[in-house]
Amino acid sequence: MSGPRRDPDLVRPYVRTDGRVRAHPDVRLETVVLAASGPSAGLGADARAVMGLFDRAGGGGLAVADIAAALEFPPSAVRIIVSSLIDEGLLTRPVPAGAGQPETDLLQEVLRGLRALV
Amino acid sequence: MVSAPSSDGLIYVPPGVTRSAKIVISGSFGVGKTTFVGSVSQIPPLRMEERITQASAGVDDLARAPRKTTTTVGLDFGRLHLSDALVLYLFGTPGQDRFRPLWAGLTEGALGALVLVDTRNLEASFEILALHEAQGTPYAVAVNLFDGAPYYQLDEIRQALDLDPETPLTTCDAREGGSGVLALITLCEYLSHQHAPAHAPAHASVLEPRP
Ligand SMILES: Nc1nc2c(ncn2[C@@H]2O[C@H](COP(=O)(O)OP(=O)(O)OP(=O)(O)O)[C@@H](O)[C@H]2O)c(=O)[nH]1
Ligand SMILES: [Mg+2]
Repeated sequence: MSGPRRDPDLVRPYVRTDGRVRAHPDVRLETVVLAASGPSAGLGADARAVMGLFDRAGGGGLAVADIAAALEFPPSAVRIIVSSLIDEGLLTRPVPAGAGQPETDLLQEVLRGLRALV
Repeated sequence: MVSAPSSDGLIYVPPGVTRSAKIVISGSFGVGKTTFVGSVSQIPPLRMEERITQASAGVDDLARAPRKTTTTVGLDFGRLHLSDALVLYLFGTPGQDRFRPLWAGLTEGALGALVLVDTRNLEASFEILALHEAQGTPYAVAVNLFDGAPYYQLDEIRQALDLDPETPLTTCDAREGGSGVLALITLCEYLSHQHAPAHAPAHASVLEPRP
């Protein structure tokens, strides 16, 4: 690992500035988020670093795990930061196509995708 | 289907992806989890660093409060772009047992787990299977075929691991992506049968045309 290490205790200063101490239970390592537009004034440094990853996303998303790997932040901290940015409207989760219609079974979709690889 | 990395190495989840799923690749120390994730992933495998704080009572600590030490644990993961709308993340669990506290966050919300085992040390897998059972994570078992490892019939391994009759048991070569994908299909077929409503034929998925 080269370069300066990040603050070894990332979670605490963040929590101190923002009040959120827990992640949304459904913001997990594999949860994909996209940039939304909203007022980004007053964000902490860690939240700004997360938002900065989306500068060149071109509408693409990143999962919590991708963000943790890119920034070398602990994933537990990223879950909290992302939860907070969702609350603030700066990040959003993708909306399923055909919202309102019953979703096709996730496992069947995964199976179909895996079978297409062999 | 996987876009080129941006200048800073990020590979974005393409616009239009609306769902993500997760499968955990578990197993005892050194069974090939990192290798598996790396060979199956469609993006270069990535690594997160989680920190855990543990009490460590050294000899000179006996009279005092236990000292807390912070350890960094590397967590490998990869990603498969399964369709225009769906990505699958694969997370390797850390092998060493002192990192078990991290398992809850890894398995939470997972479709299931693929447990890699090594025939040279099957006993090391008991604890892993017990952990998945305690956490209610459904799993399949894949024997990672190491060169020179003793060869056993699958039913001998099934017996040695005391697997339920319906738990899938297969083999794979963690260095070979295609073989890993087949093991994941075995897991997902089992999971879909578990989820199938009672009135539907459990083997309906077999009738789907192969692409
Ligand atoms: N011959 C052979 N070697 C393998 C196979 N899978 C992994 N290895 C080797 O076994 C060693 C351990 O593999 P890893 O993928 O690091 O195992 P791991 O489960 O991630 O290990 P920990 O994270 O330390 O628990 C490496 O040197 C691999 O190259 C396999 O299928 N066949
Ligand atoms: Mg490993």
